[in-house]
Amino acid sequence: MANWKKITRRSFLVFGAAVAGGAAFGAYKVAEVPENPLTPSADAIPLNPWVIINGDGITVIAPRAEMGQGISTTLAALVAEELDVDWQQVRVLHGPPAQAYYNAGFVDRMSNEPDFFLSQQPKSHNAILAAVPKIFSLQITGGSTGAIGGFVQMRLAGAGAREALKAAAAKRLGVAPETLKTEGGKVIGEKTFTYAELAAEAVDMVPADVELRDPSTWRFVGKAMPRLDMVAKSTGTETFGIDIWLPGMKFATVRMNPKRGGAMLGFDPGPALDMPGVDQVIGLGNGIAVIASNTWTAMQAAALVTVDWGPADYPADTAKIMAQIETAFRTEPDSRLRDDGDVEADLAKGEVIEAEYRIPFLAHASMEPWNATAWLKDDGSVEVWAGNQAPIMTRDAVAAALRIDADRVTLHTPVMGGGFGGRTDPVPAVLAARVAAALPGTPVKVTWSREEDMTQDYYRPAAIARITGRLEGGKPTALWGRTAAPSAARNAMARLIGFAPPGPDRGTVEGGFDQPYGLPHYRYDGHIADLSVPLGFWRSVGNSMNAFFLESFIDEMAHAAGADPLAFRLELMKDTHAPSAALLETVRDMSGWDSLKRPGFGRGVAFCYSFGTPVAQVLEVQDTEAGIKLTRAWIACDPGLAMDPSIIEAQMTGAMVYGLSAAVQGAINFADQQVVEQNYWDYDPLRMHTTPSFQVKILQNNGTFGHIGGVGEPGTPPAAPALANALYDLTGTRARELPLNKTFTFAV
Amino acid sequence: MPVTLTINGTSRDIDLPPEVPLLWALRDGLGMTGTKFGCGVAACGACTVLIGGQAVRSCQVPLSDVSGAVTTIEGLGQPDNLAPLQEAWIKHQVAQCGYCQSGQIMQAAALLAETPEPTDQDIDAAMQGNLCRCGTYPRIRAAIHDAALMMKAG
Repeated sequence: MANWKKITRRSFLVFGAAVAGGAAFGAYKVAEVPENPLTPSADAIPLNPWVIINGDGITVIAPRAEMGQGISTTLAALVAEELDVDWQQVRVLHGPPAQAYYNAGFVDRMSNEPDFFLSQQPKSHNAILAAVPKIFSLQITGGSTGAIGGFVQMRLAGAGAREALKAAAAKRLGVAPETLKTEGGKVIGEKTFTYAELAAEAVDMVPADVELRDPSTWRFVGKAMPRLDMVAKSTGTETFGIDIWLPGMKFATVRMNPKRGGAMLGFDPGPALDMPGVDQVIGLGNGIAVIASNTWTAMQAAALVTVDWGPADYPADTAKIMAQIETAFRTEPDSRLRDDGDVEADLAKGEVIEAEYRIPFLAHASMEPWNATAWLKDDGSVEVWAGNQAPIMTRDAVAAALRIDADRVTLHTPVMGGGFGGRTDPVPAVLAARVAAALPGTPVKVTWSREEDMTQDYYRPAAIARITGRLEGGKPTALWGRTAAPSAARNAMARLIGFAPPGPDRGTVEGGFDQPYGLPHYRYDGHIADLSVPLGFWRSVGNSMNAFFLESFIDEMAHAAGADPLAFRLELMKDTHAPSAALLETVRDMSGWDSLKRPGFGRGVAFCYSFGTPVAQVLEVQDTEAGIKLTRAWIACDPGLAMDPSIIEAQMTGAMVYGLSAAVQGAINFADQQVVEQNYWDYDPLRMHTTPSFQVKILQNNGTFGHIGGVGEPGTPPAAPALANALYDLTGTRARELPLNKTFTFAV
Repeated sequence: MPVTLTINGTSRDIDLPPEVPLLWALRDGLGMTGTKFGCGVAACGACTVLIGGQAVRSCQVPLSDVSGAVTTIEGLGQPDNLAPLQEAWIKHQVAQCGYCQSGQIMQAAALLAETPEPTDQDIDAAMQGNLCRCGTYPRIRAAIHDAALMMKAG
């Protein structure tokens, strides 16, 4: 490939600028050992920021938040692997906001080079890049980085604790630590000590260096471990944010300006205050809150408040918004992260294939609506419970909103009833704190109605893509993809940290520019649309957009060439990235690809390499009297080192269901500057009877040993194109717009 | 006047107006948070409980209309005393975020009470009102079949 040098230089400049623009820092801070944010008590002695020794086992402090992706179990398994405890002795909790819990895995998401290329390189990250997550205290769960960031960190935490406990026992026995062994939460020598007996003495004996165990000895990592949250989640005893219950608490809800970003010109509580059980109606500047004796009464009362909403500054409806996005094609590209060969010269040679694709805004629609609980104490400090993906940022935002110091904010991060990227913004915590400030001394839980959750979300961008390609003798020679969209990253970062990182916006083109297709001439451009609709990170981010564009177009090229679409992809990939090609062969064989083609059925294939993990999917559809049914799906993925096959299987399946739900019927539309869709009845995901059956195969060929790809997101991007391609196979109609129920009738 | 209901075999007084839905009486009035709020319009099934053995969406039933004994997820089984459905849920590692699972399990409990050996079509019909955004449907299906076997074996 011709342009790696140029690309590398560009990515470095990007981060030079981002670092310089964001904060002043010194090299000393990078080298600092993180301060341990945990304080000891009689039955809980922390040996480092990640390991607490209890009387009856250990508590692992997970630096990443649990949203259902299973990360708390995997991180605990990494600690247990080195610490020699039985699985029944392991508990896991989320840590407080603290620099110690920065996400080292984010380094893997801070490059503008294609992932498939990076995975083949030795791990020699630029020192400045590697320090970025730590400097910025990126205690963030996202980007499918949890296992990557924890892989070394959590094992070191376990090994360090083990060696400290051995040192304490050795001192008691007057022997060398090497003569002792550890097993089942005990140090065993001439005498046997439980970890709990040794913990207090071990605190000061944590060694500077420890050696990690050989992977051949692993007992937990790589195995399907029973999830540590499974019993609680099967018995209704898990405490989600929405379940925080404190004596004497009040219940509230909010109603914010549906014209997003607009001001509130005035409001009249009207009959709301007369409802039995209503305590207060509060103005919040751009919305109102109602505090009541129960959440239902608060929601009923909020609907009775008369509000004069100021306008937003984006176009009035979906058609005008799409027209504005379209104008971005007339601007200079923001990025050209792939430019192999000479696309323009090749396309000039003759007949080209062209297509335009359109996709809508999407909401996250997690099952647990946004909520947070806050309690303003008599001394002016505040305690907040809020499911969130970024505790330090959330804590600081609460402090800023109440004009108090950050150390006056105690933030708890309960497990989340889904996230999918939709709990990055600190809005629930901040608004709950502001509502609680109106009722000092009383804890207040603020719950968003489903309608507020849907219409106040930060959406996946709508986008338009234009792709041109050329075939010669049935072989593809050139592809020029152009995506026009508002930038989710710039929109969100400007809101979250006050500035939008400069440089090319990877999110607009990822899933398009970075795929292992060995076309001789391959260019991919991003055009940023100027649009102020509030945007956020939606499971797999830009990959969810560009995989639909690119994989639909590759399919169109295959059909134009009269080729089998799976074989066509394989041919393009086999010399570029063997592990990806192997996945196409795997789904071909798993699905019995050739036998899927029969009357009344359609088959579609799609591929995407994202977050370090290539994924290939085949989907079968069937024409029935009730409409088109999604019948069977096959997924092959290669995350490199597979940390927990059961969790990976669940994530791959769930991520494809998430992508298919959006592809079939997901769309957020605007009318009069307000989101039209309100609830699950008009933003309806797949259900039990509309979900296909699944088979998943996990390969482990990708990268050098220790390469760990993400698993939470990579299953989403191929879902929409696999379905669109299957529908073309079934009907001969090529849908170039999502959702697909605009073009096809599905069985519901 | 508090409303008196029988919940999980125990008589409970709830000091909320009679028009408040059962869901919010459980969650906000009694602190029984196993039953979840998802949509408020009976479109997601997260709030499913049993009233007189029938699966109902508790967000749609005012306290004044609760006509029988209420069973919630807390009454079906506890971590140290699991119901067969809960055992099957754990065996098949069904939950991801877990938020919808109380409702899924209660809906499945009503299904198995009525149809002890459900077919896939029975499961589709009974469970289609219960959303799961994590997409755990295949494991839910497997767990229901397995729970049916366990209950048959006694």
